Amino acid sequence: MTTTLRRSPIATTLLLLGAAYCLLPVLWVLIASSKSSAELFSTFTLAPSTHLFDNFADLAGYRDGLYWRWMGNTVVYAGAGAAVSTLISAMAGYALAKFDFRGKATVFNIILAGVLVPGVILAIPQYLLLAKLGMTNTYWAVLLPSFISPYGIYLARIFAAAAVPTEILEASRIDGSGEWRTFGTVVLPMMRTGLVTVFLFQFVAIWNNFMLPYIMLGDDRLYPLTVGLNGLLNQGANQPSMYTSVVTGALVSIIPLIALFLTLQRYWQVDLAAGGVKA
Amino acid sequence: MSLTTTAPTRTAAPPAAAPRRRAGRKAGTPYAFLAPALILFTAFLAAPIVYAGYLSLRKVKVSGLGLGAKSRTEIWAGFENYARSLSDPDFLPSVYRVGAYGLIVVPAMLGLALLFALLLDANRTRESIGKFARISIFLPYAVPAVVASLLWGFLYLPRVSPINDAIEALGFTAPNLLSTDLTLWAVANIAVWGGTGFNMIVIYTALRAVPTSLYESARIDGASELAIAWRIKIPIVMPSLVMTFVFSLIATLQVFAEPMTLRPLANTISTTWTPLMKVYRDAFARNDLYAAAATSVIIALATFILSFGFLKLVGRRAFNQED
Repeated sequence: MTTTLRRSPIATTLLLLGAAYCLLPVLWVLIASSKSSAELFSTFTLAPSTHLFDNFADLAGYRDGLYWRWMGNTVVYAGAGAAVSTLISAMAGYALAKFDFRGKATVFNIILAGVLVPGVILAIPQYLLLAKLGMTNTYWAVLLPSFISPYGIYLARIFAAAAVPTEILEASRIDGSGEWRTFGTVVLPMMRTGLVTVFLFQFVAIWNNFMLPYIMLGDDRLYPLTVGLNGLLNQGANQPSMYTSVVTGALVSIIPLIALFLTLQRYWQVDLAAGGVKA
Repeated sequence: MSLTTTAPTRTAAPPAAAPRRRAGRKAGTPYAFLAPALILFTAFLAAPIVYAGYLSLRKVKVSGLGLGAKSRTEIWAGFENYARSLSDPDFLPSVYRVGAYGLIVVPAMLGLALLFALLLDANRTRESIGKFARISIFLPYAVPAVVASLLWGFLYLPRVSPINDAIEALGFTAPNLLSTDLTLWAVANIAVWGGTGFNMIVIYTALRAVPTSLYESARIDGASELAIAWRIKIPIVMPSLVMTFVFSLIATLQVFAEPMTLRPLANTISTTWTPLMKVYRDAFARNDLYAAAATSVIIALATFILSFGFLKLVGRRAFNQED
């Protein structure tokens, strides 16, 4: 960069205003978690109080630690769902990028069309089909639909085409390595950076999902955080003392993802149009 | 429709790198790698779509007194469910509401995302401030829509809102954001808050891929930063803007989690506030799966027409199929 760039107070002000707007609710939930239920609606909004640990204890004790179960469920749904989805996407993307076979163009076009399918049309028939198999209200009802991600396959195809040289595959085959071994020991390590991005995308999508688990699950011990917190808020309407647990629960629920974001920042450089990541 | 036009030549590898096919390589291998994806795609995407289409054309016929299992039979309904869905007094208002919501959310969110990305890229502020702003603006992406709605929902309550405090301190009457007139804006704000950062990162990534020498020569020619942004940077990030627009459009038409979460705090949000909420009510509160299926098919078709129509309008493929 040359010295032609001057610092601009307007640019700085606009960026800081944007940051303030984005941080305001997060700042509020931090402060509000420290208030007792009487203070929540009476003291000045941004004035902290001293009840943070009481509120944590209330939340942790709510129906024998149901909240921690929701947290654990969310980790299972997002973690296992994203891991399996990434592996399936990697296999499919690799096949589409590195093999010639009949029907390849058709398969790829169908998967691309799948990216643009609005989830709305899927939710109710998915529920009905799983209900016929007796699988609604189980972990599988949320996990199975999360395993398929057309966008993940699309990204994985691009990563495989860019990161896996054909010569190395040929060399591996000449050495007598089977196709699955080649995939496991040569292809997957080469696609690693891109696959982390596919994993993160799917992880966040499942972590933030509301409609699918809301429709599929009836038993509140299977709920993820989003559905659980929604239920707590509904109880608060009749029982205002619940609001402190709702607010504290909201704070605790966003800590893991924020930590994940801050540590894996470099994987969040997404180029939607080219489908790539520039890590 | 651009999505279906893959040039057949591309599947053939360039001659120089043509793989020497060895006898040991089995033709079934790519299908084996694709199998799990195709099975799941069929089970959880294709089958539900077909099933929704089928249900939307069916209805239950009640015979006799309607008692006993045999008295209720499913028969073909033609387009009856569609007619019923379209003439439902709750349907059109929800469509208008989501239309207005989209007209607020998509331009505001993408406009802010573009503005912040350009400001970050122009690098005219201290690096530490740029980094702080980038992380802060991206942070809401880590907050699920349910939690975001919950946080903003409390902040909208007149007894809690610091903005109301500030307005009243100045001697004005603060508006109630959860009143009938303003609820739409209150929900739109949550979506803008949650989506700006992700789109900003997408656009910023595209900007960073441009060699700075391109701007240097424009600066030497005396172009202002504004002119560089308008004439060089925005055209360069246009493909990213098109894709963020399409994805935002699809997400907007399906708005569900935000109004569902705000409902306990705002009695101005009805059970059919958005088309998707109507689908949910019909399916689960009224047990009318057929109307729900017809409405979801209508929403899906509208989404497809809008997103493909837009892509056709700007003359773009949905995805970059070259690599």
